[in-house]
Amino acid sequence: MTGKMAIVGDGDSIMVFRAAGVDTFAAEDAKSAREAVRRAAKDHGIIFVTEEFYKPNEEFMKRFDEEPYPVVISIPSKSGSSGYSDALLKNAMEKALGVDILFHND
Amino acid sequence: MARLNVNPTRMELKKLKTRLSTAVRGHKLLKDKSDEMIRQFSILLKENKRLRDEVEKELAETLRQFSVARSVTPSYTAEAAFALPSVALSAECTTGSIMGVEVPKISLNQTKNSDGLPYAYSEITSEADYSVARASALLPKMVELAQTEKAVRMLADEIERNKRRVNALEYVMIPQLEETIKYVRNKLDENERASLVRLMKVK
Repeated sequence: MTGKMAIVGDGDSIMVFRAAGVDTFAAEDAKSAREAVRRAAKDHGIIFVTEEFYKPNEEFMKRFDEEPYPVVISIPSKSGSSGYSDALLKNAMEKALGVDILFHND
Repeated sequence: MARLNVNPTRMELKKLKTRLSTAVRGHKLLKDKSDEMIRQFSILLKENKRLRDEVEKELAETLRQFSVARSVTPSYTAEAAFALPSVALSAECTTGSIMGVEVPKISLNQTKNSDGLPYAYSEITSEADYSVARASALLPKMVELAQTEKAVRMLADEIERNKRRVNALEYVMIPQLEETIKYVRNKLDENERASLVRLMKVK
């Protein structure tokens, strides 16, 4: 199976990925981002969503974790990483292991 | 622990013993599976963390650089410059298996034209060139990250499910069966003694 890649984010900063061959879906707010992900999920294998749109739609994004494809992951936006993705990683770690083996900060 | 509702007969005793041995074996197997999954998970997790740190750093910089380039270019020029991608990108999406969990496996094919830029140099500032080049270079790593992160999440779910199964066997199923077997055995012994006493009385 050949998959395409998509990126969902605010219109400006993601344009650079269009040049790199990734389909871009611009969104203004959390709701339209959700729609964009839904549309992208139909024919894209990998979907990158910027943190600011991933966070409010966390429950929705979790649904994609049941199946191998599409892969939906969060990426930082141009304002830099807020540590949100690390928090997601930490959640998964605590769910599986019950202990912190990476961050050691609490 | 509540015992199961069964008739105290030899037939039932035999059945219960088989069930118990199956449960014990299943528990051991699941526990081994859980151990191995956790080992694999910790490897993946470290890998994921490393990739994520790298990607986040690089990506934030790329995007910032690009937004600088955007801000010095009129938006319609930028729109036009980026309207058509020059790089054909296709990802080969297959699935692999980690301890029976289906995880995505992705390999990337990038086919570029001469310089990988969708526009002429005259159209836009050089800042944009750099950020496009960086974004292209970053993509394979992002894809790798996507693959690892998804695997981590799926594995975490599976480990949790498996843990539940192990616990259900260890703390519910097995004690219940043991207790029921004990009850049935006691009952059978008692019946035997009762009939023995009866026989002695008759004599």
